[in-house]
Amino acid sequence: MLKDITIGQYIARDSIIHALDARIKIIITTILIIALFTIDTFSGFGFFSAFILVVVLLSKISIKKVLKGLKPILILVLFTLFIHIFLTKGGQVLWSWKFISIESEGVYTGFFMVSRIFILILFTSLLTLTTSPLQLTDGIEYILSPLKRFGVPASELSMMMTIALRFIPTLLEEADKIMKAQQARGADFESGNLIQRAKSLIPLLVPLFISAFRRADDLALAMESRCYRGGEGRTRLHELEFRYYDFIALIIIVILAVAVSFY
Amino acid sequence: MSLIEINGVDFLYQNDNSDRPALQNINLQIEAGDFAVIIGSNGSGKSTLAKLLNVLLTPSKGEIFVSGLNTNNRDNTWKIRQKVGMVFQNPDNQLVASMVEDDVAFGPENLGVPSSEIRKRVDKALEMVGMAGFQKFAPHKLSGGQKQRVAIAGVIAMEPECIVLDEPTAMLDPQGRKEVMETVEYLNREKGITVVHITHFMEEAVDADQVIVMNQGKILHKGSPKSIFRLVEQLKDVNLDIPVAVEVAEYLRREKIEIPDILSIDELVDALC
Repeated sequence: MLKDITIGQYIARDSIIHALDARIKIIITTILIIALFTIDTFSGFGFFSAFILVVVLLSKISIKKVLKGLKPILILVLFTLFIHIFLTKGGQVLWSWKFISIESEGVYTGFFMVSRIFILILFTSLLTLTTSPLQLTDGIEYILSPLKRFGVPASELSMMMTIALRFIPTLLEEADKIMKAQQARGADFESGNLIQRAKSLIPLLVPLFISAFRRADDLALAMESRCYRGGEGRTRLHELEFRYYDFIALIIIVILAVAVSFY
Repeated sequence: MSLIEINGVDFLYQNDNSDRPALQNINLQIEAGDFAVIIGSNGSGKSTLAKLLNVLLTPSKGEIFVSGLNTNNRDNTWKIRQKVGMVFQNPDNQLVASMVEDDVAFGPENLGVPSSEIRKRVDKALEMVGMAGFQKFAPHKLSGGQKQRVAIAGVIAMEPECIVLDEPTAMLDPQGRKEVMETVEYLNREKGITVVHITHFMEEAVDADQVIVMNQGKILHKGSPKSIFRLVEQLKDVNLDIPVAVEVAEYLRREKIEIPDILSIDELVDALC
């Protein structure tokens, strides 16, 4: 049952968006997010939505899959919307009942914030949909590497992320096994209220943690025996390389972002 | 000088409360190109011995030389680890990356090998263990035997002179065990890599050049497989499983039936029929 969980949302396709360098994609996403926060009109959001549509079409990923990425944040979005509608005051009173009232300013900011959140999530999920987790960690390492001078352990961080990604399926499998073992001894994970169910997870989590630590111990030994001594002096099998269209994409984005912000 | 020389080594775990050292007065030579098998039951100190060869531990007393380099000298640590590769018991806990080729590349990456050279080494190593074509696979999609062979490839890619395998077959099914043993034997015979194989399956010692039997931190016997397998009673005393063919031959001999030294079922069949 736990095996159905997919890690990351990467969908492999053969498209120009996928082929872009991971570093460029991370930088572009950052620029676009900053640009998004400088916008204060709905027409700006319309422009961004059109841009996202173009990217999605170029990436050959179905629009449905992209929109699915919005599902987990739906509650957050609705919450934001209602908070703004009921609590932000100003403008005309549209509706009121006893002490509750809805005013036009609230409705406007509510929808404004919601659009912003949606576009924000779409940008970031486009990044993770089109970039494999491995490329992403590599990209992050390169982007952070100038900070090494100030003591940021960039390559160690990326090694940690790589190992985490490697062990997610292994630990899920293990959790599944422990769960079945405990169920065979009469453990009940499914009934009872929320607190009871949370409590029933203890016999699952304790063995899982213990085995995770044991694995970490083994792995550290294995890494050491294969001459791992931190990021210093390491080379890589896959070197990231910029190609001309990476720069073209970056230039296009910078021009778009500047244009939109000053519009 | 032998590839590996162990001279009067004791080892005591620091945080161990027992007074008995994990290893006591170990003396051993392993020649380049040899297939050495160390057998012993749980707690016999065989895994500790393996870790000493790779400088994961250093002796409390005595000295170990790996192609002339003393493991007690800290400057030699990384050189020795490159020369002596190590494969561990649990196939899941020694693969680092989420793609086979990245994992095999891990060792050479640590050594600072240029990336085009890494590519060559990875493909060559995977081919040597019979895993060519699995470059892009995720480790958790492989069988135990395949994972263990990827781990061996990861060691070979560092171009070591010797591979130490610490019970690589203990967690595998019979099929996986066979795959791994065939790979190890191939590497030893065809590629001339020295192998130190640690196991508690006696069958795996049959083709060795040298068998070392350990018990309670001491070397009980060392010699050729035939000379070791003749000691059926003593091996049983230290809780080792003797291969059926060897045991049958021993019983026949006791019944005064003339029979040569037997190591495998095939030999027994030949001798009897």
